[in-house]
Amino acid sequence: MTSLHERPPVGAVGAATVHESAPGHVTGSALYTDDLGVRLQGLLHAWPVNSPHAHARVTQLDPSPALEVPGVVRVLTAADVPGVNDAGVKGDEPLFPTEVMYHGHAVCWVLAESVEAARLGAGAVQTEYEPLPSLVTIQEAIAAGSFQGAQSTLRRGDVTLGFAQAAHIFEGEFDIGGQEHFYLETNAALAHLDESGQVFIQSSTQHPSETQEIAAHVLGLSSSEVTVQCLRMGGGFGGKEMQPHGYAAIAALGATLTGRPVRLRLNRTQDITMTGKRHPFHATWKVGFDADGQLLALQATLTSDGGWSLDLSEPVMARALCHIDNAYFIPHVEVHGRIARTNKTSQTAFRGFGGPQGMLVIEDILGRCAPRLGLDAHELRRRNFYQPGEATPYGQPVRHAERLEDLWTQLLARSDFSARQQEVRAFNAQHEHVKRGLSITPVKFGISFNFTAYNQAGALVHVYKDGSVLINHGGTEMGQGLHTKMIQVAATTLGVPPERVRLAPTRTDKVPNTSATAASSGADLNGGAIKDACEQIKARLAAVAAGALSAAGKAHVSSLGVHPNDVRFENGQVYPLGRPDLSMTFEQVVHDAYYLRTQLWAAGFYRTPGLHWNREAMQGHPFKYFAYGASVSEVEVDGFTGASRLKRVDILHDVGDSLSPLIDLGQVEGGFVQGAGWLTLEELRWDESGGPNRGRLLTQAASTYKLPSFSEMPEIFNVALLERATETGVVYGSKAVGEPPLMLAISVREALREACAAFGPAAREQTLSSPATPEAVYWALNRARKGAQEKDAQEPAPADD
Amino acid sequence: MDTLKVNVNGQPREVLGAQPHTTLLNWLRDQGLTGAKEGCAEGECGACAVLVARPDGDHVSGPGGTRWESVNACLLLLPAVNGQSIVTAEGLGTPGALHPVQRELAQRGGSQCGYCTPGFVVSMAAEYYRPGRKEGQHHAPNGFDIHALSGNLCRCTGYRPIQDAAHALGTPAEGDPFARQRQEPAPPARPLHLHTPQGEFHRPASLPEALELLARHPDAKVLAGGTDWGVEVNLRHARAGVTVAVDALPELRELHWTREFVEIGAGLNLSEIERRLDGRVPLLAQWFPQFASRLIRNSATLGGNLGTASPIGDSPPVLLALDASLVLASAEGDRVVPLADYFTGYRQTVLRPGELIRAVRIPLPLAPVTAFYKVAKRRFDDISSVAVGIAMELEAGVVKQVRLGLGGVAATPIRALETEAALLGQPWTQDTVQRAARVMGGEGTPLGDHRASAAYRAAMLAQLLLKFYAEHSAAGAREEVAG
Repeated sequence: MTSLHERPPVGAVGAATVHESAPGHVTGSALYTDDLGVRLQGLLHAWPVNSPHAHARVTQLDPSPALEVPGVVRVLTAADVPGVNDAGVKGDEPLFPTEVMYHGHAVCWVLAESVEAARLGAGAVQTEYEPLPSLVTIQEAIAAGSFQGAQSTLRRGDVTLGFAQAAHIFEGEFDIGGQEHFYLETNAALAHLDESGQVFIQSSTQHPSETQEIAAHVLGLSSSEVTVQCLRMGGGFGGKEMQPHGYAAIAALGATLTGRPVRLRLNRTQDITMTGKRHPFHATWKVGFDADGQLLALQATLTSDGGWSLDLSEPVMARALCHIDNAYFIPHVEVHGRIARTNKTSQTAFRGFGGPQGMLVIEDILGRCAPRLGLDAHELRRRNFYQPGEATPYGQPVRHAERLEDLWTQLLARSDFSARQQEVRAFNAQHEHVKRGLSITPVKFGISFNFTAYNQAGALVHVYKDGSVLINHGGTEMGQGLHTKMIQVAATTLGVPPERVRLAPTRTDKVPNTSATAASSGADLNGGAIKDACEQIKARLAAVAAGALSAAGKAHVSSLGVHPNDVRFENGQVYPLGRPDLSMTFEQVVHDAYYLRTQLWAAGFYRTPGLHWNREAMQGHPFKYFAYGASVSEVEVDGFTGASRLKRVDILHDVGDSLSPLIDLGQVEGGFVQGAGWLTLEELRWDESGGPNRGRLLTQAASTYKLPSFSEMPEIFNVALLERATETGVVYGSKAVGEPPLMLAISVREALREACAAFGPAAREQTLSSPATPEAVYWALNRARKGAQEKDAQEPAPADD
Repeated sequence: MDTLKVNVNGQPREVLGAQPHTTLLNWLRDQGLTGAKEGCAEGECGACAVLVARPDGDHVSGPGGTRWESVNACLLLLPAVNGQSIVTAEGLGTPGALHPVQRELAQRGGSQCGYCTPGFVVSMAAEYYRPGRKEGQHHAPNGFDIHALSGNLCRCTGYRPIQDAAHALGTPAEGDPFARQRQEPAPPARPLHLHTPQGEFHRPASLPEALELLARHPDAKVLAGGTDWGVEVNLRHARAGVTVAVDALPELRELHWTREFVEIGAGLNLSEIERRLDGRVPLLAQWFPQFASRLIRNSATLGGNLGTASPIGDSPPVLLALDASLVLASAEGDRVVPLADYFTGYRQTVLRPGELIRAVRIPLPLAPVTAFYKVAKRRFDDISSVAVGIAMELEAGVVKQVRLGLGGVAATPIRALETEAALLGQPWTQDTVQRAARVMGGEGTPLGDHRASAAYRAAMLAQLLLKFYAEHSAAGAREEVAG
C-alpha cells in the first residue's frame, strides 16, 4: 500500500485527457435534466405564480380560476404538502410562503399538459397581497439593524496596539457587487414514481443528497424512499448547491399527487429572478502600516447581503473572514462579519464562496494605499507575503508559504514584468486619451469545507467478471471534469487503461450521504474514496495473482513465490515486481478471482484528516492546504468612454501535481474569465426606488446582464501550472482547482486602477468601484484627472429604471 | 390549409398541428433533437444555434448555390422556416463519427459543461463552410472570423480553447456532404397560409399579396427577421392574431445603386447587406460588426430594426447620419419619408396601418468623414447606452456639412441639431469641438437605467464628439485609441 499522494511510474493520472463527455457535448448527445422529459409519456409542466412585491403578506390565494384554463391539471399549494413546508435546511425557506420575501417569490405552482397552459394557468390564479415595508439595499438593512444568522469576529493580536505602532493609518469604505451564476443550463428537475411508488428525481443539483433529504421531508417520506440522480449539469458554479432543492421538491410533490411525471424548468428570467447569487458585500476598514509598508493592523467590518433567508450565508461569511488576509501576514486583526437580511433572492454559494469578497477587500486596500506609501503596488504586496512558519489570523500555519515568493518571482520573469512596466509608462507619457495599466496580484485559497463534516466522501467500484470496471462516486459533474479525473484515478489505481473504466451517473441510491460537490473539493474527496475502493479490490486481486504468479514462477524459474505486496498492476497487466515477463492480464486475474469466490467490488470512503474548526472563536485548522497562484494583467483604457481592453494576461497557478492538465488548464482559464466578468462587467441592479416595482431585479435577462464573451478574452493569454508541486496527503499529489483561479482576476481590476490613475498626477490614491464597468472606470479616471479630489467628481447614485 | 414542411438533418418532416408561435427550437426539442438548448430565449447566448441552408448570392443573378448560415432557433418561428433545410449539431456528426469542427472542439478542451457546445459547433460549422474563407482573412491562419462566434456565450472555458479549435480548422474534405451541398440551390422559405385556433401565419408570395393581407388585417404583426418579435413571444409571451412574414418578398430583397442613392431592401438581413455593400458605405461597414452578433445579423433586417422603432435600435444613429429615407409601401403605392421625420414618439412612427417599410435609401454622394460609436458595457453584442453616428464633410478646414445621429438619449433616435449648428461653418479645431461638445452634452433627455446613469449618458455625448475629433484631426489621428 502506498501513501495517498504517491504515483505509480505508469498510469492515467497526469495525462492531458479530454473531458469524458466531450464527444457527447459536441454532438448534442450528452443529455441534461431537461432533455430527458421528452422521453417520458404523460409529462406535466410546472409554472410558478410569482410575487409582484418585494415584501408582502399573501391575503388571498385562489387557484380555482386556473383550473378552468384548458390543459391545467393541478395547482400545488401549501395545503398539498404532506411533510414539512420548507425548501431549506434551516427552516427559514417556506416552499409555499404566506409572506412573500422578495420580488418574484413563488407562492404556488401550476401543473399543466403544456408549458403554455401552465403559464396561462399561473396568470389565472387569484392572488391578493398586503404590501409590507421592504429593505432592498445593504445600507437600508444596516440602518434598520436587519441582520440574520451568527455574527462572527476574526481576531488576532491587539489592533489598538497595532495602530499605535503604525506610521501610516488609512481608512476607507468599499462596496462589492454580487454576481449571477448564469450557468447556461437553468435550474431543472424531473420527477416520477417508479412501479413500487419510489420517488425518482432527476435534478440539476450539485448536492443530490441534500436534494433527496429536502424532497423527502417535503413529501413526508424517509430518504430511502426518494432517489435523486444527476447525469450532469450545464454549469453550477455553486448556484446549484442549495438552490435546486425546492424545485426538485415541487416536481416530486406534483408527481406524487398526480401520478404523472412532472418537469420543472426555470426559464432564464425566472432563474435570475428567483435564485440566489454571489453575495454583494459592504466593507469599512482601517489599516495600519509601518514606515516600510509592512502591514501592522487591520480592523474591518464586512456586511454581506444575504437576501431573504440564511441559506449558506454563514459559511460564506466565514470564508470571507478567513480570506481577508489573502497572501499577507497581518499581526493584529479584528474583522467583524455580519449578514444583512434584505428583500432579495437568498444569496448563496458562488465559486470562491466569500473568499473572493474577503480577498478583494485587502487587495483594494493595498491598491489604494500603495501610492500613499510611495510604493509600487506590486512591491507593497510582495513585502507583506506570508513567510514560512507564519500562521493565519485564525491560527492555521501557512503550509508551503514559500510558494508565494516562488510563484511571484517566476511570474515576474515569465511575464517580463519590469520591462513592460517601463513600456507602459512610456506609452502613457505619449498618449493623452488612452492609458495602460499593468498589475500583478497573488492568490492564496484555503481548501476544504469550512464545515468540517462535509469533508468526507464515498464511492462504489465494481469490477465485473470480464475485467471491465464501473465506478460510482458521490460527486457531480458540472463541467469541471470531475468524472474525467475520477476515471483517471480508478484506472491508475487498478493499473488498467482508462478505456476499461466506465462511470455511472451520480445517484443517491448508489452512494449515500454525500457532500455537495463544492468548495473545489470534488476531486480531493471523491478521488480519495475511489482510490480506497480500488485499493481494496486490488489487494484482493493481488492475493489471487500472487498465488497464480507464484505457481507460474515456480514452473519457470523456481523462485520462492510472490508476496501479494510485490504484485504490480500496470497497463492492464499484472506481474511480480521486477518480472514483467511473467505478467498475466488483468482480465485473467479477475477471472481467476471470481472462481476463487473473491469479492470484486468495494465501497470506498475518504475523510480529510487533521481538520478542526471552532466556529464561535473563528480559530482552528479549517483547511487541508492552500492553493496558490499569481497573475499579471495589462489593460488599455479609453479616456473618452472608460471602455477597456484586456491586452495580455500571464498566470502561474499551483494545482499540485495535476491529475489532468487539460482539465486543470480549463479550470484556470475559465475561472479567471469568470472572475474578470464579476469584477469588470457583470452588474446586478435592483429597483431601489419607492415605486411599484421596488425590489425587482432590473438585470434579469441575458440582454441586460452581460457575461464575458469572446471580446473579453485576453488578447494574449499565457497560463502555466507550477511544476514539481506535489501536495502530500492528497490523491496522487494534486490540488483543488475549481475556485482559486477566479481570484486571479483581481489583477485585471488592479491594472484598471493603475490605468485610471495614469490619467492624473502620480502618487495619488485611486479609488475604483466594483464592478469596474466602463462607466465606473470613466468616473474613476475623471477623479484622477481632477487630481483625485473625490468630492469634485460627479458620480451619480444608482439610477432607477 | 397549407402543410408545413421542414427538412431536418437531411430528413423531410411534415409538421402536424403546427401553431403560429411555436419556435423552431421548441419544435426540434419536442422531436427529440435536444442538442440545441434554450439558454436565454432571446438570442443572446447562442445555445440554440442551428444551421439553415440559404440561397447564396442575390436572386437577381439566379438561384446560385447554398450558404450554411447559423441562426438562433429560439427566435425563429417554426412556420417562418417552412420549406427550408435545417441542420443541428446532431446532424453534423455523431460520437463515433465526429465532424471536423466537433473533433477540434472536443480534443482541445473546448467543452466543459457542454451545454453551450452544440451551439458553438453550429456557429463554427457555418464559418467553416463560409464560401470564400481563405487563409489570412480576419488575421487568422485559416481565415476563420472569430467574430462569427460573438453570439455564443460560454460560462466555463474562458473561450481560449474554442478559439484555438476554430483556428485549427482546415478546409472541408473531398466529399464532405455539407460542402457539396453548397453547389446545389437552397430551398427558399416557402409561402404559407396557416390558419389555427391560436392565430394565423402568412408568408405571402409577393408584395401585392402582402399589402392586400395587411390591408385586410391592419393590426397584423409584420415579421421581417423576427429577432425582436421572437423575444416578445418568448419573454413577454406576446401573441399576434395574424402574423405576416415579409422578409422573403423579392421586392424587399433588392439592393441597387443609382446616381442619387443606394436603395437597400428592408427584407435583407444585415449579413446579406454587409456582403452586398462590400465596404462601399464605410460608415455601415464600421457599424455592422457592432450590431448584435453574427447569429442575429443572419436574421435581423433593417426593416425590422426600424419597424420596431426602439429608441436604442442600432441602425437609426448611422442612418440618420447618412440622411437616409424610408420607402414605405402600401396598397395605395409608395411614399418616401426622411428617417428624421419617421419617428414620432416612443416606439411610434408615421407608419400607417397596412403600410410596410419596403426599402431604405441612402443619398449619394456619401459624406467623406464618418464614424460610429457605441457605448455599452460589453464590447460586442450588447445594447448601447449611447450610440452616435457621425457624417461630416470638411472644406478648407471648415465644417461644410455635418449630421449627428443619436440613440439612447431620448424617447426616439434623434439628430443632434444644435450641435450640428454649433459645428457648421466653423473651423475644425479643438476650440470648435470643445464648444460643440458642451452643446452635445445637453442634447436629448438621457435617463438613468440599469445600463448607464443619466450623467454618464450625457457625458458620453460630449466625449464621443471629442473622441471623433481626436481620431479625425491632424493632431489626434496619430493617437491610437482604445475601444
